[in-house]
Amino acid sequence: MTSVNRKLWTALFLLGMVAPFLLYPVFVMQLLCFALFACAFNLLTGYTGLLSFGHAAFFGGAAYITGYLVKNTGLTPELGVLVGTLAAGMMGYIFGILTIRRQGIYFAMITLALAQVVFFIALKSPFTGGEDGLQDIPRGMFLGLIDLGHTYHIAGKPLELNLYYFVFAVFCLGFWIIHRAIHSPFGQVLKAIRENEPRAISLGYKVERLKLLAFVLSASLAGTAGATKSIVFQLASLTDVSWHISGEVILMTLLGGLGTVLGPVVGAFTVVTLQSELSALGSWVMVVIGATFVVCVLAFRRGFVGEVLEKIRIRAIKHNE
Amino acid sequence: MHLSYQMVLAQLMLGLNNGAFYAILSLGLAVIFGLLNIINFAHGAFYMLGAFVALIGYTKLGPLLGMPDFHMNYWAALLISPLVVGLLGVLIEKTMLKRLYKVDHLYGLLLTFGLALILQGIFTNYFNVSGTSYNGKPEILRGVVNLKFMMFPTYRLWSIGLSLGVCFVTWFAIERTKLGSYLRAGTENPGLVQAFGVNVPLMITLTYGFGVGLAAFAGVVAAPIYSVSPIMGSEMIITVFAVVVIGGMGSIMGSIWTGLSLGMLEGLTKVIYPPAANTVIFFMMILVLLIKPAGLFGKEQ
Repeated sequence: MTSVNRKLWTALFLLGMVAPFLLYPVFVMQLLCFALFACAFNLLTGYTGLLSFGHAAFFGGAAYITGYLVKNTGLTPELGVLVGTLAAGMMGYIFGILTIRRQGIYFAMITLALAQVVFFIALKSPFTGGEDGLQDIPRGMFLGLIDLGHTYHIAGKPLELNLYYFVFAVFCLGFWIIHRAIHSPFGQVLKAIRENEPRAISLGYKVERLKLLAFVLSASLAGTAGATKSIVFQLASLTDVSWHISGEVILMTLLGGLGTVLGPVVGAFTVVTLQSELSALGSWVMVVIGATFVVCVLAFRRGFVGEVLEKIRIRAIKHNE
Repeated sequence: MHLSYQMVLAQLMLGLNNGAFYAILSLGLAVIFGLLNIINFAHGAFYMLGAFVALIGYTKLGPLLGMPDFHMNYWAALLISPLVVGLLGVLIEKTMLKRLYKVDHLYGLLLTFGLALILQGIFTNYFNVSGTSYNGKPEILRGVVNLKFMMFPTYRLWSIGLSLGVCFVTWFAIERTKLGSYLRAGTENPGLVQAFGVNVPLMITLTYGFGVGLAAFAGVVAAPIYSVSPIMGSEMIITVFAVVVIGGMGSIMGSIWTGLSLGMLEGLTKVIYPPAANTVIFFMMILVLLIKPAGLFGKEQ
C-alpha cells in the first residue's frame, strides 16, 4: 500500500509542477488556494467532527490582514502570508475558547454568528475599504529577491511562473502539515473524539484542549489559504469573509469526501471549476450550489474520494474471502 | 450626548417589533428542533418566501390569472401564505428530511442550508436584491396612533400585537393542550409515544409544516414594514441563530422572552451607540457563552 501511495504522491506532485503549462496559471492558483482552505476545514470537521460554519472569518480575515500589511507597510509576500496565518490562528483561538464547550448543532450556529461579527468589522472598520475591499495589493518580491509579479512569455502564453511556484510551495507545505497532523498520534486521538467523545475523556485525554488545538491549526491554515489568495488576486473583499464562503468550503469538503486526505482537494477543484464554468449564469450558480448540497446530503454522503475508498475496501474484503 | 426619553421609548417600541419577529422565528426553530433534532437553516428562506407569497399574490397573481384588477389582499395573505409555505415544508419533510433521521443531525443542517441557497438563488433571479415594497397594507392599518407618550405607526402596533398573540397561542397549544402534550412527550421519547398508538411520523411532518408556516407568517407580517427582498431571510437567520444560542432551545417561553428582549436591546443600542446596533446581539451571545454556556433557558447536555 505504501508504495502505491508514494507513486500517487509523486504523480500528483509532478502534475502540480507542470499544471501552469497545461491550464491558465491564475486558475490553478485559485484551485490550490481553495484546496488548501478545504483541507484545513476538513481537519476540523472531517477528523474532529466539529462542523464550523464560520471558516470564512479566518480565510477572509487573513486575506485582509496580509493585504493591508503587504500594501501599506511593504512587507514581503512570504512574511505577509506568515503574519496572516498567525493572525488567523489567534482568531481561531478566540473562536475556539467560545465554542469548544458546545457541540454539534450549537457549535455550527455559534461559529456562524461569530463569523458574522468578523464580517461586520470588515464592513465598518477604516482599514478594510468597506464595500470596495482592499484592491491593488502588490505581489511583491519573494524574500526581497524574486519578483512574484513577473510574467514570462513562453510560446506566446503569459505565465506567472514565480508566483505559481510560490503558491504551489505554500500549498504543499500546508498540505504536508495537515497530512502529518492527521497521521500523528494527535490525529488518532482527534478521530477517537469524533467517534466517541465520552470514551476519549474516560481514557484520560484532555478533549477540550485537543479540540482547541485542532481548531487553531485548522483556522491558521485556512488563514494561510486566504492570505495566499489575497496575493494571487491582489484583492481582499467582503465576499471572502461572508457566510457564502463558509458554505462553499463545507460543500467542497462534503463533495470530495469528509475525513479523507485527498477529498477536499478533489471537492475544491470540482466546485471552483463548476463556478467558473457557470459564471455566465449569474445567481443561478447559487441554485446549482444549493442543489449540489441537497443531492450530496441525500445520496452521496461519502463524497467522491470516500466512495472510491469504500469500493477499494469492499474489494479487499471480497478478495480475502 | 442628549438622550430624550421619547427617543428611547420610540426605539424600544421599534426594537420590540423586531424582537417579535425574532421570537416567532426562534420559537419555530425550537419546536422543530425538539421533535426532529435538526436545525432548520432554511427557516430564514421560508420567512422570505412568506413575504414573497404575499407580494406576488398582491402584484403578480391577478395578471397571471388574466384578471389584472385582482389583488390577493393582506388578510388573505396572512392565511394563505403560511398554508402554502407550510405545505411546501410538509413536502420537503416527506421527501428529504425523513431520510436523514438515522444519520448525524448535522446532515439535516446541511440539507436545509442547501434548500435555503436554492430558494434565495431563485428569488435573486427574479427580484431586486435591494427590495421591493409591499403596498397591500389595508386602509385600516395605515396612519399613526397616539400612544400618549409618542405617535406610533398603526401597522407597527398591529404587528407587535399580532406577533405576540401568535407566540402566546403557540405557547398555549404546546404547553397547555392535549395535542401539545403529545408533542412534548414525542420530544422526550418518540419510541414510547409511538408505542402508545400516537402516529409519530405524522406528528413530525405536521410539526415541521407548522414551524415553517410560522416563519412564513412572520414574513407576511414583516412585508409591509421592510422591503421584500431575496436576502431578507439570510440576514435574519444568522441573527436568529444567535438569539437561539443565547436563549437555549429548552423552553418555548424562553425563546419568546429572549427574542423580545434582544429586539429591545438592539433598539436601545440604536440610540446609545448606533454603530454597534448590528452586532450587539452577537456580542451578547459571546457574553452568555462565557457566563452560561448552555444558554439562559437551556439545559446542560
